[in-house]
Amino acid sequence: MSAILEVCSLQKSFQGFSLKEISFSLERGYIMGFIGPNGAGKSTTIKLIMNLLKRNGGTIAVCGLDNLRSEKEIKNKIGFVYDENFYYEDLTVAQMKMIIAPFYRNWDDGSFQKYLRNFALPMHKKIKELSRGMRMKFSLAVALSHHAELLIMDEPTSGLDPVIRSELLEILSWIMQDDRQGIFFSTHITSDLEKIADFVTFINDGRIVFSAAKDDVVDNFGLVKGARDSLSSDLKKHLIGMRENQFGFEGLVKDKHLVKRLFRDSVVIEKPSLDEIMLYFTRRPQSV
Amino acid sequence: MNIIISNSADEPIYAQIVRQIKNLVMRGEIVEDELLPSIRTLAKELQISVITTKRAYEELEREGYIVTVPGKGTFVAAHNKELLREVQLKIVEEKLVEAVDAGKSIELDFAALVGMLKVLYEEV
Repeated sequence: MSAILEVCSLQKSFQGFSLKEISFSLERGYIMGFIGPNGAGKSTTIKLIMNLLKRNGGTIAVCGLDNLRSEKEIKNKIGFVYDENFYYEDLTVAQMKMIIAPFYRNWDDGSFQKYLRNFALPMHKKIKELSRGMRMKFSLAVALSHHAELLIMDEPTSGLDPVIRSELLEILSWIMQDDRQGIFFSTHITSDLEKIADFVTFINDGRIVFSAAKDDVVDNFGLVKGARDSLSSDLKKHLIGMRENQFGFEGLVKDKHLVKRLFRDSVVIEKPSLDEIMLYFTRRPQSV
Repeated sequence: MNIIISNSADEPIYAQIVRQIKNLVMRGEIVEDELLPSIRTLAKELQISVITTKRAYEELEREGYIVTVPGKGTFVAAHNKELLREVQLKIVEEKLVEAVDAGKSIELDFAALVGMLKVLYEEV
């Protein structure tokens, strides 16, 4: 299968922050979640993919095409949903569409109308009168109406209530019925990803911590808990980030099966959430 | 066909699907040549990732429970004799458990149960 998005040794330096040669790729037919704390480089990466920022090094290819050399070509293949609204607030949904549609070669008004109906979006309401959830759905309708192959979303779920978020997830898994599409979305609400993402790429401080199948991540990482006296220096070597308290300790391990074999019943091993994995990787090790 | 996924269970989600589809086949709730949902439909319906359903189907296929015909879909495989026998054995076992339970509830002892079974076996 061919990669729909391929980022290779991407670099970008700002004052006080830099992306350090990050690489990852997404195949057609899958959803990749892009996670990391605020300021880790998620939005910078997405802006570089969209060529809204100038990169300092590395390559980005969408559907096998370079994102600078074939910019127009690939922008027709990308549907983009941004967390903030960049539409004219005083226009109605119908008027805004009239402005956006001509930019796309493959604009399909039939499917736009269909999405408006499915998402229950009112044609003649002004953008500023739409709720946050509705605005996101409007962005999504626009992104989906020009036969995009790759959907890129920057924090699409931030600021949305759980009901709208789960609606969005349903829409995404419905889109994925077509195995020629790909979805790349950044979020810090990882519970959304835990359900539908196929791959998870975790970025922290401008570096990729891991980029792997989500199942492998949640099945291999383990949250180890135990009494303080079972915290040997041997065990400590396996821990990524740790928290000690008066009554015991808690830490993350990369290979829970190995730790289970080595330490057996002296510790309790639980399945961590993506949130917990993120937390332990970003927290500085504490000692008491 | 019912598949119930627990997100909090320690058992990986793909393994939960494998186990439940196997049970459905064993109990005869899905039969030979029956069309199964595609990996993408299953993922959408269960709200899980496509990779998970793909892995489950791959495992079931490896163990011979299902077959994928390119361009047509995934079907319940023709069972081999051993497998079918296993299914039947399981049914017998379940019925026997029922009988034992019913017997125990009226304090019927083992010898009495065996005696009853012997008579019935010869009669039928």
